[in-house]
Amino acid sequence: MNQERKLRMLVGKVGLDGHDRGVKIVARAFRDAGFEVIYTGLHQTPEAVVNTAIQEDVDAVSLSILSGAHNYLFPKVIELLREKGAGEIAVFGGGIVPEEDIPGLKAAGVLEIFTPGASTNDIIAWVRNNIHPRKLD
Amino acid sequence: MSKTDDTAETTERPASGGGRADWEERTLRPALDRKNERDVEFTTVSHMPVDRLYTHQDLPADWKPSDKLGYPGEYPFTRGIHPTMYRSRLWTMRQFAGFGSAAQTNQRFKYLLDHGQTGLSTAFDLPTLMGRDSDDEMSHGEVGREGVAIDSLADMEVLFDGIPLDRVSTSMTINAPAAVLFVMYLAVAENQGVSFEKLNGTLQNDILKEYIAQKEWIYPPRPSIRIITDLMAFCMRQVPRWNTISISGYHIREAGSTAVQELAFTLADGIGYVQAGIDAGLDVDAFAPRLSFFFNSHNDFFEEIAKLRAARRIWARVMRERFGAKKPRSWMLRFHTQTAGCSLTAQQPYNNIVRVTIQALAGVLGGTQSLHTDSYDEALALPSDEAVTVALRTQQIIAEESGVANTVDPLAGSYFVESLTDRIEREATDYIRKIDEMGGIVDAIDAGFPQKEIADAAYRYQRQVDEGSKTIVGVNKYVRDDEKRPELLRIGEEMERGQLERLRRVKAERDNDQVERCLDALAKAGRNGDNLIPLMLDAVRAYATVGEVCKSLVPVFGTYRETSVL
Repeated sequence: MNQERKLRMLVGKVGLDGHDRGVKIVARAFRDAGFEVIYTGLHQTPEAVVNTAIQEDVDAVSLSILSGAHNYLFPKVIELLREKGAGEIAVFGGGIVPEEDIPGLKAAGVLEIFTPGASTNDIIAWVRNNIHPRKLD
Repeated sequence: MSKTDDTAETTERPASGGGRADWEERTLRPALDRKNERDVEFTTVSHMPVDRLYTHQDLPADWKPSDKLGYPGEYPFTRGIHPTMYRSRLWTMRQFAGFGSAAQTNQRFKYLLDHGQTGLSTAFDLPTLMGRDSDDEMSHGEVGREGVAIDSLADMEVLFDGIPLDRVSTSMTINAPAAVLFVMYLAVAENQGVSFEKLNGTLQNDILKEYIAQKEWIYPPRPSIRIITDLMAFCMRQVPRWNTISISGYHIREAGSTAVQELAFTLADGIGYVQAGIDAGLDVDAFAPRLSFFFNSHNDFFEEIAKLRAARRIWARVMRERFGAKKPRSWMLRFHTQTAGCSLTAQQPYNNIVRVTIQALAGVLGGTQSLHTDSYDEALALPSDEAVTVALRTQQIIAEESGVANTVDPLAGSYFVESLTDRIEREATDYIRKIDEMGGIVDAIDAGFPQKEIADAAYRYQRQVDEGSKTIVGVNKYVRDDEKRPELLRIGEEMERGQLERLRRVKAERDNDQVERCLDALAKAGRNGDNLIPLMLDAVRAYATVGEVCKSLVPVFGTYRETSVL
C-alpha cells in the first residue's frame, strides 16, 4: 500500500506581531482540510520557527505577518532554512503586504503571499496544487 | 422576558385596522405568496437573528422607559451620560496617529491639530508595545512600522515638542509598559513647566484584553494588575484628571468576536479592574470616575448602536448594585469609539470611506464621547495624509451637516433598537455570569475561555464569508480585477538605523550609574510592594529606556507565555 502521507504544515507567527485572528483561522481551515497542523504560537524568532520546522519534518512553513516587517522576516526564515540544509521546505504566507513588495519576496524564495480578503478555500486549493509531501529519508 | 405571544394579542394598544395577526393574514401572507424574502434567515454581522418586523409586542409587557432608559444624564444612562449630549459639545475627534520616528509623528500631530482635530492619540510601534527597545534582538524590522518608536525620554521630548501639554488631551495606546510611557509624559510636562494636575488624557493601560485579544504582554496577569492599581492610586493623588484605564473591547472585536462578546468580555475586564482597586484598598468612588471604555464600531448599524446603549445600562447597574458606588460619575460609562479596522478591505479601497461613515454614524448615535475614523487605505498600509484627512472630514460632515447631533439619542423608543438593546444586554450579562462562576476574568483567561469563544466566532464568520452567506462588497461580491491602487505611505529602512543611532547616543550621554541605581530601587519596590510609579518616574528622568525599566521587573514578576488555543 503506497499511501501518500498527509501534508504537514507549520503555521506560525514571527516577530512581535500579536495579530493572530488570521493565523488561527488558517490553521483551523488547514486542519479541517485534512492537513496536519503545527501552530507555533505568538512572538517566535525566525530561529525558533526554523528549528520547529526541521524537528517536525514539515512540508511547508506558512507565516502570518501583519506588522509591516515582512521584508525582513520572510527572507530571514528562508535564509536560516537554507543554512540548516532544509531549503526544500516551502515557505509561503500572508498578511498586510503591499502589492509592490510581493515580487521582491518571491525573488527571495517565498512561494506565495495571500493578502487581506483571500478566502481559506483559495488558500487550501493553492496548497493542494503547490505543496507536496516531501520524501523523507 | 419572553415576547408577548402574537396570537394572544390584546386590544390595549389597538393598531388602526386591527392587530398584528390580522396584518399577517390580510397583507403579509399574500405578499409572501407572491414573492419570497431574499433569505430564509436574516442575521446581524455577529449572527444574531433579526426578525421581519418589530412592534410594541417585541418588548416585554413590563418594559418601562423609566426603568430601561431613564433620561439622558441620569441612571441608568441608556440615553447618554450628558443631559444635552452633542447639543452642548460635539464628541472629541481624535485620530490615532504614530509612525516612524518621534519627529515624524510630531509633524503628523501638528498637521492634525491644524486641521481641526481636538485631541491627540498616540500609536506606538510593536517593540515599544512589548516593552522592548529598538536595539532588542526581536525588534529587527519592526521599529517605527506600526507606530512611533519610543526608547527613552529623549524620544518623548521630541514627540511632544511644541505641543503645550496643558492645552491638549492626549491618549496613549499602550498597555504592558503603559506606566513607563505615562511617566515619560509626566517628565515632558515637568520640562514644559506644566503641573500634573493640569494634564488631561487617557492611558489605554488595559492588560486583560491583551491576554484575550491583542497579545502584547510582558508579565503574567496578577503582577500586571498590581502595576495598574499602583497607577490608579498615584493618579488619584497627583494626576486627578487623567483617565487611568481605557477598558477596551476594540481589540477583542478585531480579533473576531461578536458584538455581544466584545461587550461582555470588556465589561468583565472592567469588573476585574474595579475589584482589583477595591482589593488594593482604594475607595471605589475615588478611582471609578477615571475609568473609561473603548469600543469598536462595525458594519451592522443597529447592532452597534444597541451594543453601546446596552453597555451604559449594564455598567451603571454593575457599579451601583454590585460595587455599591455612590457617585453618579462612577456609574457612567464614558467611551471612545473607533471604526472597525478589520472591516476594511484592500480591494476597492475607496469603498472603505462609506463603511467608515456608517460605522462612525453608529458610534455617534450610540452616544460616544470621542471618535476615531479609520482611513480608507488601512488594509494596505499605514494611512497617508490624504486618507487621514478624508477620515477626519467624515466626522466633521456627520457632526456639522447631517443633523444627527441636534437631538439626544434619537433612536430611543424604536421597537427594533430597544429589543436589540435588551437582547444584547441579556446575552452579555449571561457571559459575565459565566465568567464570575469561573472565578473572575483572570481565571477565565487562564482557562482560555474568552480566547476560545472569540476564535470560534472568527472562524464561523470567515466560513460565512467564504461561502458567500455574508457579503463583503468588492471581496466576495461585486469583484473587479482592474483595480487602481491608492498612493501608500512607506516607512523607509533608514528609519530603523536612525532610531538605533539615537538610542546609542542617549545611552552614551546619560549618567549610567544613576540609571542603575534607579532600576535597582524599582526592582526593590517590586519585591516589597511599594508603589512603583514614583520610582519609574525617577528612572525615566535619568533616561532609563522602556526596555530597561520593563526588564528590571522581570526577575520579580516573571514573563507571560500563552497556551495557544486553536
